[in-house]
Amino acid sequence: MRPRWVVLLVLFSAAAAAALAVGPVRLSLVEVAQALVGRGDAQVVAIVRDLRLSRFCLAAIVGAGLGMSGAALQGTLRNPLAEPYLLGVSGGAAVGAVLAVVAGLTAAVTLPVAAFGGAAVAVALVLLVARAASGRPDPRILLMAGVVVGAFANAAIMVLLAGAGEGAVRSALWWMMGSVAGAEWPAVRWLALYAVLAGAALIAVARDIDLLALGEDAAAALGVRVARATRRIFLLAALLAAITVAGAGLIGFVGLVVPALARALGWRRARAVLGASALLGATLLVGADVLARTVRAPAELPLGAVTALLGVPFFLVRLRKVA
Amino acid sequence: MIRARQVVVRYAGASGNALDGATFDAMPGQVTALVGPNGSGKSTVVRALIGQVPLGSGSLHVGALDASTGDRRALARAMAVVTQREEPAFPLVVRDYVLLGRYPHHGAWTAFGSADVAVADAAAARTGASELLSRRTDELSGGEWQRVRLARALAQGGETLVLDEPGTFLDIAHEMAAYELLDALAREGRTVLLVSHQLNLVARFAAQIVLLHHGRVVAAGPPVDVMRGDVLEPVYEWPLVVARDPAVGAPVLIPLRRR
Repeated sequence: MRPRWVVLLVLFSAAAAAALAVGPVRLSLVEVAQALVGRGDAQVVAIVRDLRLSRFCLAAIVGAGLGMSGAALQGTLRNPLAEPYLLGVSGGAAVGAVLAVVAGLTAAVTLPVAAFGGAAVAVALVLLVARAASGRPDPRILLMAGVVVGAFANAAIMVLLAGAGEGAVRSALWWMMGSVAGAEWPAVRWLALYAVLAGAALIAVARDIDLLALGEDAAAALGVRVARATRRIFLLAALLAAITVAGAGLIGFVGLVVPALARALGWRRARAVLGASALLGATLLVGADVLARTVRAPAELPLGAVTALLGVPFFLVRLRKVA
Repeated sequence: MIRARQVVVRYAGASGNALDGATFDAMPGQVTALVGPNGSGKSTVVRALIGQVPLGSGSLHVGALDASTGDRRALARAMAVVTQREEPAFPLVVRDYVLLGRYPHHGAWTAFGSADVAVADAAAARTGASELLSRRTDELSGGEWQRVRLARALAQGGETLVLDEPGTFLDIAHEMAAYELLDALAREGRTVLLVSHQLNLVARFAAQIVLLHHGRVVAAGPPVDVMRGDVLEPVYEWPLVVARDPAVGAPVLIPLRRR
């Protein structure tokens, strides 16, 4: 195994240890390890297993999903600024999920499916707007289309949840700012299952991403069925984004920062970039969540706000490079 | 080989046909050049060969494979195409880029093995790109990038090679080296189809020139038959003379000034 994979695994483990040990009740690593296998003080076991482990897992799933989704979109669209949040895909997913909530379909199995429906509509819409505007998807026009779809999604969420009152478990603010605070076991398990399936499917089409990153004609000349492959990758990226939204609401910029970081660290082929983005995204989001709940403790910062604070300066630097 | 029969292509929203019954052959063992003015349909032939534009009618075959309806991966194993422009959105290590030529030989889950690496390295050696293999694609000069792209095409292993303007961005030495390599590849039995504006250069290397005009083949044959003032002048709509170059006696086209 290459050294940089080892470094990444070590970083992930460190983030995991911090996520399980740090909190209102500060635990030693020994206590955490004992609690994980069910030994020691019953209260500590409950804190580690029921509260922190589920929250850590959700943060890891969401980070990995956003990282992979961003990596796939960037390669296929040949656009280093592409990511599910900025393209409005996450917004569409949130509308889908909120519609399901309003309709009373809050089961852990169905919520990601509803979110996926919304995300797929958003993907189609963004591409349609971008094509209509320029004939061929221009990187900047695509982004503008995404921002517009995202704004529309935010408005729709506000309107949908305005009359929902007490019945709606999660508020509009929760959906729009993102949080992994509400992590609960059966739901997290479902999300993990969906994420693993979608992630594996993306890894399977990684070579198509490599070739599409060369341009449509070059990919076609190498045997890729361009339209079909593109559609498949977009849907899988949308599915991953939808899974993260169903679990944690809108969390921006992770999908932007993480693949760029993976490439800067030396991963280049799509399969490696996807894998590294999953691990890096998980590490980053777990770390960001530890920050979110410790910086102003006992108050908790919304996770989406933390990632935006970190991601926006990064976005501006990238934008200058592209333009 | 490539066999085009009465190929008609019309782009959505266009008033005329981009290809209007084009018929030609590119035979194994020789370089065939596809020439013609801007908009004559040269690039459309390439796009039709890679399945990026549907045929209105007619047929287009690469060997026994139908280019318009056939299995794209099988086609990519039979024919490699170096398109006019190509730039990876994200830089790759050159060896990984050349290895992408092995894509049509693998399914989603089979890994590239040492056999693929050997093919890629041999292809790079053939195009003089061996010393570039561990570089990054964004660090290459225009000439180096062209050699690397040709190596990727050779790594595909097909019998047919299609190149769209292979000399663009190359200086004289690199351009001549590229053409000599293509000539050598053809002599080994490959079909080489060259799409180019460089009539004078093409006349030195091609066994056959196919002249396209308004999507139709208006002349086809050995360079001496196509490189004639009375053939070229009406197509290019510009006064010109064709002479013999003093060094090797090949036909040379000299455009005149109108004033």
